[in-house]
Amino acid sequence: MIEFRMPSLGADMEAGFLREWKVKPGDLVKRGDIIAEIETQKGIIDIEVFDEGIVGELMIAVDEKVPVGTLMTHILSAEEATADILPAQRKVETKKMAPATAIKQREEEISIQATAHHLRASPLAKKVAAEKGIDLSKITGSGPDGAIIREDVEKAVTDLIAPGPPTEKTAADNIRMAVAAAMSKSNREVPHYYLQSRVDMSHALSWLAETNKQKSVKDRLLPVVLLIKATAKALIDVPDMNAWWDNGLQRKKDIHIGFVVSLRTGGIIVPGIHDAGKKSLDELMKTLNDIIPRARTLRLKSSELADSTITVTNLGEGAVESIFGIIYPPQVALVGFGGITEEPWAENGMLAVRSVLHISLAADHRATDGNTGSQFLAAIKKHLMQPEQL
Amino acid sequence: MTEDEIRPIINKLLKKVAPETEPEKLKPDDNIQQTLAMDSFDYLQFIIGMDEEFGIKTPEEDYGRIMTLRDLLGYVMKIKK
Amino acid sequence: MGETTATMKITYREALKQSIRDALHQDERAFLLGEDVGRYGGAFAVSKGLLKEFGPDRIMDVPLSESGFVGAGIGAAVGGMRPIVEVMTINFGLLAFDQIANNAATLLHMSGGQINVPVVIRMGCGIGRQLAAQHSHSWEPLFAHIPGLKVVSVGTHEDARSMLLAALKEPDPVILFEYTAMLNLEGETSTDFQPVDLTHAKIRRVGKDVSIITYGAGVYKSLQAAEALAQAGIGAEVVDLRVLRPLDDKTVMASVSKTHRALIVEEAWQSVSISSEVSARITEQCFYELDAPVRRLGGVEVPIPYPKHLEDGSIPQQEQIVSATKKLLQHD
Repeated sequence: MIEFRMPSLGADMEAGFLREWKVKPGDLVKRGDIIAEIETQKGIIDIEVFDEGIVGELMIAVDEKVPVGTLMTHILSAEEATADILPAQRKVETKKMAPATAIKQREEEISIQATAHHLRASPLAKKVAAEKGIDLSKITGSGPDGAIIREDVEKAVTDLIAPGPPTEKTAADNIRMAVAAAMSKSNREVPHYYLQSRVDMSHALSWLAETNKQKSVKDRLLPVVLLIKATAKALIDVPDMNAWWDNGLQRKKDIHIGFVVSLRTGGIIVPGIHDAGKKSLDELMKTLNDIIPRARTLRLKSSELADSTITVTNLGEGAVESIFGIIYPPQVALVGFGGITEEPWAENGMLAVRSVLHISLAADHRATDGNTGSQFLAAIKKHLMQPEQL
Repeated sequence: MTEDEIRPIINKLLKKVAPETEPEKLKPDDNIQQTLAMDSFDYLQFIIGMDEEFGIKTPEEDYGRIMTLRDLLGYVMKIKK
Repeated sequence: MGETTATMKITYREALKQSIRDALHQDERAFLLGEDVGRYGGAFAVSKGLLKEFGPDRIMDVPLSESGFVGAGIGAAVGGMRPIVEVMTINFGLLAFDQIANNAATLLHMSGGQINVPVVIRMGCGIGRQLAAQHSHSWEPLFAHIPGLKVVSVGTHEDARSMLLAALKEPDPVILFEYTAMLNLEGETSTDFQPVDLTHAKIRRVGKDVSIITYGAGVYKSLQAAEALAQAGIGAEVVDLRVLRPLDDKTVMASVSKTHRALIVEEAWQSVSISSEVSARITEQCFYELDAPVRRLGGVEVPIPYPKHLEDGSIPQQEQIVSATKKLLQHD
């Protein structure tokens, strides 16, 4: 029997609200299935399950506040499931009852089932929802017995178009608070050290331009994928940077790179790019195409928020050259890429103009020392100089 | 195509990529990416949308020539003369 | 619009009488027959004075035998006359039920389309005059069940003034329900003669939030309820069915499709009634327009009691229409 507990979706998370169970007792689940939707400060997150088995009793009611670590359900083996779920049903079946009571009980069972599995909405509400593309399961009904009526659907449509009243906390406010909490904690507890280096990107950029010429507009690569891939490869070279600090350095086997996405309404969100080292540049671009829009609309999966092993921030779009960032605990490092700009470049006693990228590293001094950090930056540089190997 | 025909389409495409912004308020010489706080990913999505909408193929080396609204309108008008 | 039509105050009884007078003036084949309609002036004084005006051939007193004189009326209709048969109250109508169901309703069919039965049978009906269980029936659903009949309900002064004239133009038997509790009720009607049809339900009041569908004595009660609901900001549309067979689906569905909610009000017992039928049709024809379950407000399913307060309590009253509507709209 495996206990399924409320996962932590980041160091800054204490609790979330269960908004929907995506499974019911007795359902067969496998690794990666979505088991529930939890509303957090970072939007509604799909919670995945990491084991295979049969879902046991659901121990948390919808809309309940669930602290991190709370037991939510069990994932059972086939034998456990027969022992755990079925006796309850058998009890009901074999209990001796007067016929009238039996009928009443049967009716109650039926009506409970109907409530659990049938969405109560007026025919008109369903019609309007279908026309407007509204998911009725996301709406709270205000009609008889909580049924969803047309007004509820229309309200949902308006809420989608226009943001809620200013008095209510917006998603942006929530994210601002989450970022504030996490960064304050990190700055308070983590002794940071900072390193910076420069790399000549001329070769990498011309290689990228050539590569992109062979591609349709849709498949073109952005420079940022080179940066992500180079970071992933450097982590293989310097594995101490791919780690969490949790009462000591814990190296991580998989490389999941958290990529900072700025929200235009304020705040940041850091979805994880899973197995970045194993992905080709094209695959990385595809992942970005998938993950960035979802991050912007706050529709991420739990694993994408929970298991990053390092963070990459890329402020190359603006005018900044360098970033000295704050680590996202329990990670131990954050790599910052500035903008690529033309600069004078001295090499072999000659001065030239090159496209230059500033790379910075913020690292946790409890976990590593400057020497390790220096090796790591050198490794990133090395990989960026050899784009064809990426 | 005239400027008056192109401008609303550009606005629509920008709004699609960056729904929180107001592209209609862009001034001719504003840097689009910076003014609307778009990153390179957003801008690429915008160019993909533009290529589809106008049936053109914008080569990567031209990206740098269409940073402002004035440049962009001129660029599209020249191709769609 | 723009032209103002003169109106006058008239009682429901007087409107009925004027319609009989007009009918007899307009068509020399028309005549009234029924118990005490002549010398006594009608059990409810609807035909008072008409004997003097039209003579005993056209205002005809008949023996106390409903089966006999309703049958005579049917025979006269088959023979080319345009009889108006008055059945004092619908309670006695049951004694003529065989004549109506087996002869009036079927002869056209049995004769292969050769014999029409253009008889109009007026029946006093309704609840509210303390006439107790045997004299307080609402048999509208019973008659509306029968193919071959046209069944209409006189819920307003306008229809009291004009419906009979339209009924006499029908080639087939028409059962016309009049409400004895409304006889003394004054109402406004146009001084101009306004013909009405026997096809359509009528929107008596326009509203956007809920359709109150009713007929007969329910019409004025619903209009008063709608007035009260308007004070609470609820726009109730009042649909007077008028024709109970065949039902005017189009008007009902258009109203419900607009308001998305329906309350059906009638005095008849609710089970297997006009409201059952209307409710079923709404579900069949405009299910996807409904934003709430259809609700019905009908008579309590008991023999109608004699004491005034119990009698009042056995049928929907204005306050109940108001509260049922509010409940339907969740407006408490």
